Amino acid sequence: MNTRKLRDIIGTNLMRIVTLFIPLLFFFILILLIYKSTLVLGTHSITDVLFSTIWNPDNGQFGLAAVIIDTILVTGIALIVAIPISLLSAVYIVEYAPLRLRRTIRPFIDVLAGVPSVVYGLCAFLFLAPFVKNVVAPWFGIQSTGLCIFSAAIILSIMVFPIIISLCIESFDAIPLSLKEASLSIGATKWETVKKVVFRASAPSIMAAVLLGFGRAFGETIAVNMVIGGTIRLPSSVFNPGETLASLIASKYGELMSIPLHESALMLVALILFIAVLLFYFVGFLLLRRAKKRWNY
Amino acid sequence: MISYQIETKNLNVYYHKNHVLKNIDIKIPAKQLTAVIGPSGCGKTTLLKSFNRLLEIQEESKIEGQILVDGENILDRKGSEVPDIRKKMGLLSQKPYPLPMSIRDNVAYGLRIHSNKNKGEIEKTVEHCLKEVGLWNEVKGRLHDSASRLSVGQQQRLCLARAIAVQPEVVLCDEPTSALDPLAAQQIEKLLLRLKKEYTVILVTHTLRQAKRVADYIIFLYFGMVIEQGPADEFFNAPKNPETKAYLSGEIS
Amino acid sequence: MNKRIIEENIFKILMIASVCIVLGSLMVIFGLVIVNGISSLTIQMITQTPALAPPGSPPGGGILNAIVGSLLLALPATGLASLIGIGIALFLQADFLHPALSNAIRFMLDVLWGIPSIIYGIFCLMIMIYIGMSSSLIVGIIALTMLEIPIITRCMDESIKMVPIGLREGSYSLGSTKFETAIRVVRRQAFPGILAGILLGLGRGIGDAASILFTAGFSNRIPTSIFDSTAALPTMIYNLYSTPLGQSKAFAAAFLLLIIVLVVSVLSRLLTRRFKKHIIK
Repeated sequence: MNTRKLRDIIGTNLMRIVTLFIPLLFFFILILLIYKSTLVLGTHSITDVLFSTIWNPDNGQFGLAAVIIDTILVTGIALIVAIPISLLSAVYIVEYAPLRLRRTIRPFIDVLAGVPSVVYGLCAFLFLAPFVKNVVAPWFGIQSTGLCIFSAAIILSIMVFPIIISLCIESFDAIPLSLKEASLSIGATKWETVKKVVFRASAPSIMAAVLLGFGRAFGETIAVNMVIGGTIRLPSSVFNPGETLASLIASKYGELMSIPLHESALMLVALILFIAVLLFYFVGFLLLRRAKKRWNY
Repeated sequence: MISYQIETKNLNVYYHKNHVLKNIDIKIPAKQLTAVIGPSGCGKTTLLKSFNRLLEIQEESKIEGQILVDGENILDRKGSEVPDIRKKMGLLSQKPYPLPMSIRDNVAYGLRIHSNKNKGEIEKTVEHCLKEVGLWNEVKGRLHDSASRLSVGQQQRLCLARAIAVQPEVVLCDEPTSALDPLAAQQIEKLLLRLKKEYTVILVTHTLRQAKRVADYIIFLYFGMVIEQGPADEFFNAPKNPETKAYLSGEIS
Repeated sequence: MNKRIIEENIFKILMIASVCIVLGSLMVIFGLVIVNGISSLTIQMITQTPALAPPGSPPGGGILNAIVGSLLLALPATGLASLIGIGIALFLQADFLHPALSNAIRFMLDVLWGIPSIIYGIFCLMIMIYIGMSSSLIVGIIALTMLEIPIITRCMDESIKMVPIGLREGSYSLGSTKFETAIRVVRRQAFPGILAGILLGLGRGIGDAASILFTAGFSNRIPTSIFDSTAALPTMIYNLYSTPLGQSKAFAAAFLLLIIVLVVSVLSRLLTRRFKKHIIK
């Protein structure tokens, strides 16, 4: 066998092996998380874990209800804020901004996407939290340290902007000019065209963008951890401290690595996180692929 | 005495710094079918799109001169009045672009934006327009179906119905049959012949034969300049310019 | 007509407000980090490791341990991830695998890109404990590699996909095997795009805290072996952000991170632009 053929076979098989890494990694992670969670699920029923609000590892209580509620609050508020702002920004950039402005804004969005979570967390801790403490919470008549669900939600919404904006821009750009011209030539205004044609044609992509944003927000660990206050208790307002599923892992992991039951509980949290984000991304990417096939002009 | 609905005076259009239309002075007679002919890339579509001020949505374009519609220069009007100008001019493009909605909603699109008609009146108008373009019998049972399900020829007729639903005065057609099979093309041509009784039709075409079949008035554009314009029989039987003669005989195309 | 114009104008204002909010938040973050970071960025800060100070006075020294640590973590991880990534990306081309399989793997890569990085940290931590190792440079590198592989691979994959099929067919018709074509023709065409992907992975790897938090540990000293714990810029920020006296270090580290992000962003833009210019169509 000459060297050329040998090289070919070795090279191809190397690539094949390395590509196998991916599904292997994927399933290995999933299986490990499931395996590690079984310990705590052996002694606690799943309903106890999901619906109890008491997290007291020393007593063997692993209630995640408060954490789940906090996660929903943080993610929900973050997206309620981020979606309209991102959509409107994307529309402006694609449809209304003069060409030169468009070219300058796009790189800024990319940079926003590249800022590390710790930096967001740092800024949120030192400037957003005091702002919430001194201005926002008192405006609602509530006392707060500023390290709370609301602050986490706000910094999270900023982190989600670039995801939704860039996906929407891509989708709006893909709409053929002639389709928009068809609407305009009937005498619709630009905004009416956006409302009735652009949004409609992009609907699956917008949905996908929102889902991907959800996935990001749901899984964000570090930035949330730095401003949410780390308290596991049912919140009475968004200005209370709390803990999300992701930030819980970061908070508690260092403490009790040696207690298997506690570790197992945290692994269960990680598993829930993994599956939830997996679902968001799965449906999101599915929608994106379907969107590309839908309206063929 | 022909009355002219549209006149241009010294119209110059630049696109991406290219001088696409040069010193265009033309007159379009009312309620007749005017064919704009000439080789590809000579600015015919650009001319059409300046009539309904659709060109300006692309930033790289510049228009100078006057376009008079019923005596009024539409280039003078403010940006906020442009949708009303466009309402007066229906547009039929080369490839049909049905809006991403049902057949009924496509036709009703303009009605819902511009008029205060109630649901019943809108239904009646939709039916009327679909009958006008000969689509009614083919779609009457499935008006809620997505417009994308129609064949290309049907989609083009749908776009025409959509355009006339808002009662324009002018219908601009940009090579509307070039994407269609011969049978569908024939249907559209028949429709245009009917339409020209009620509307001023401006048809851009690059087939001489089509122009001969349907046009009352011809404008010959060559490299962005008007070489000749006039009533159809004069144009075809007694062309005045050498370029016109060359084009008609097939030397240049 | 008036109602329609008013509606459009209202939304135009809202749109501009939205863009201002987005750009504004970026400016605020950059502004804060730059203003606070510059004042902390003394020569001492970047050339010294944290020094123990007598109790009651601010900790002295600098963040050299974090700077070196970040480089020692991210560079090998990116290198490894790039090697693995190029192998996977080339293999994913339709010439090797059935397209359905390729797409399934691409999908898994997308998901792996999106999952929270702390999962990689936990995963490596579990294995680390099982083997009996403690948090160290090597484990951190492995965690970062796992984090970066999906990012780098997908970016490389996208740029390789853009290589026109005619080019590959031309190579085959000259008698090259699939492997040779992959290595020579495809890689060269897609090279700037591949580089851009590597940069993106590097940027992400340097900035990520969650994956190395438990795996690389923390140390005030510069690591001397791959089995040493090490600090890194993100973990430095995470550990010091809440102590008022450590904040100057935290901002210095954040400032350095932002510079890296900007450089990566600018470079990858330039590369993708050059890529689009030179591509043979």
